[in-house]
Amino acid sequence: MSSRIAQSPSGAGVRPAAARLDAAAGLPARAGVGLKSQHFREVLDTCPDIGFFEVHAENYMVDGGPFHRYLGLIREHYPLSLHGVGLSIGALGPLDEAHLDALAALIGRYEPASFSEHLAWSTHGDVFLNDLLPLPYSEETLQRVCEHIDRVQNRLRRRMLLENPSTYVEFSASTLGESQFLREVVARTGCGLLLDVNNAYVSCVNHGRDVIAFIGDLPLDAVGEIHLAGFATDEDGAGAPLLIDAHGSAVDEAVWSLYAGVIARLGPTPTLLERDNNIPSLATLLTEAGRAEDIMSAPARRTGVVHRVCA
Amino acid sequence: MRPADATSQSDFAAALFDPSLDCPAGFSVWNGSDPARRLAVYRNNVIASLIDALAETYPVVQELVGTDFFRAMAAVFVRQAPPRSRILARYGQGFAAFIEQFEPARGVPYLPDMARLEFARVRAYHAADAEPVTHAALGLALASPERIAELRLVCHPSLSVIDSRFAVVSLWAAHQGEGDLTTLDPGQPQDAFVLRAGLDVLVLHAPAGGAAFVRALLQGRCFGAAAGAAAACAPAFDPATVLSLLTYHGALTSIYLPRRLAS
Repeated sequence: MSSRIAQSPSGAGVRPAAARLDAAAGLPARAGVGLKSQHFREVLDTCPDIGFFEVHAENYMVDGGPFHRYLGLIREHYPLSLHGVGLSIGALGPLDEAHLDALAALIGRYEPASFSEHLAWSTHGDVFLNDLLPLPYSEETLQRVCEHIDRVQNRLRRRMLLENPSTYVEFSASTLGESQFLREVVARTGCGLLLDVNNAYVSCVNHGRDVIAFIGDLPLDAVGEIHLAGFATDEDGAGAPLLIDAHGSAVDEAVWSLYAGVIARLGPTPTLLERDNNIPSLATLLTEAGRAEDIMSAPARRTGVVHRVCA
Repeated sequence: MRPADATSQSDFAAALFDPSLDCPAGFSVWNGSDPARRLAVYRNNVIASLIDALAETYPVVQELVGTDFFRAMAAVFVRQAPPRSRILARYGQGFAAFIEQFEPARGVPYLPDMARLEFARVRAYHAADAEPVTHAALGLALASPERIAELRLVCHPSLSVIDSRFAVVSLWAAHQGEGDLTTLDPGQPQDAFVLRAGLDVLVLHAPAGGAAFVRALLQGRCFGAAAGAAAACAPAFDPATVLSLLTYHGALTSIYLPRRLAS
């Protein structure tokens, strides 16, 4: 089976050979956007100047057709981030080995520069819940999550990145903070952190926490990628703001500001603009990505915010 | 040892699908507000995202009954038959059968067949790739008439058949802006071939007997048996018409004579 189609898309400006070679080196320290099927043709026709594309692994667990055809062509020209949404690392049962096999097959086929998944559960028994559900942060969950990540990294023979979640409830069974839990996971498994700045903001607002302190307490040295997205605003039973990680709107100013602080601390870092609902034009996504690149290349921003994030 | 949060995940999962269940115990909320209000976010995420997945697979079904009706119907289905696969492109195969039994949808009798057709389209879109045989290869295979009945015709992995007592092909086309809905007779029986040609999914009006013919081929029966089955249910069946339609759209990927067993 060959997914690589030798023909080159029209348009120029990228170096076809380069994208393939750097697969093992991680994502480039640039901005990327999610690859959406409605943009397949436009991406090939216009070859936009963007650092990488990210896809949801499960969307490509199909036998053939346009998804594989276009991803194969686009992969010839861009680094790829493979982002799983269905592995259910936090679930009680063992990981689904067939799902791991499917991930391994995708990784073999497309040689992504990065594979990431979530600190969450999304299956119960054989039912797929299609949402990223929260975990109590206890020693017991910590052990289970670490065992699952060990299994993933052994099966896929690569380091994975684990994404911090957006949550709406916490558990009385939790004995660790989320940042402490993530530090432990990173230390015990050697996985990297996918720092979703929007998730950090959403969760901190939802649980009355200081987001700058929270981010500063994360294992920032392990960040391999950053996610930025938009949220929706609701309110809880007491009338306090309840932010929903909706991926359907532009990145909020508060999140941009946190992002600038993180970049000031970490330097340029692969950054994905996530949009899964109300998908706008490719041009709109690229404009948002451009803002992230501006922040990464602005030396003026390197000072000032550093200490706030490190606090 | 049973993990302490085993109960928590079971109760949580059950509460997501059953709005009549109380909010599970064990949540803590920083400001002391009602955890049920927060659980509602997860409940909504799960149900709404799965309804959205169905809406993406079944756009014409949704147009036929309207968004509100569709979403209410889909919500019943989602609670009754949540996905068993993490690959959402596969979700909703049972939707047509569900609609058939869904009393409020009885007013649109062709709704289940339209759902079948739309699921077949999604299936075809993601089906495995395969090189079609050419007209020339078909001609060559048909050139030795003494063994023509024994020929095996292998269908493209994307090909499926929808037979309907309703005009599903014309109805579907009308919802793509082709043809005229006002002059369309929904009671005209039509069969459909659904397949992918290159990157495009096609919905073709199957000629008389074509559905039975292709169904027999998909079961692995030889040309003669398939043609016999087709002629039995449609006297007007013309193998040349069906074969030419199938090869024109790349629906056959191999034609061969099985090796005769040595006697």
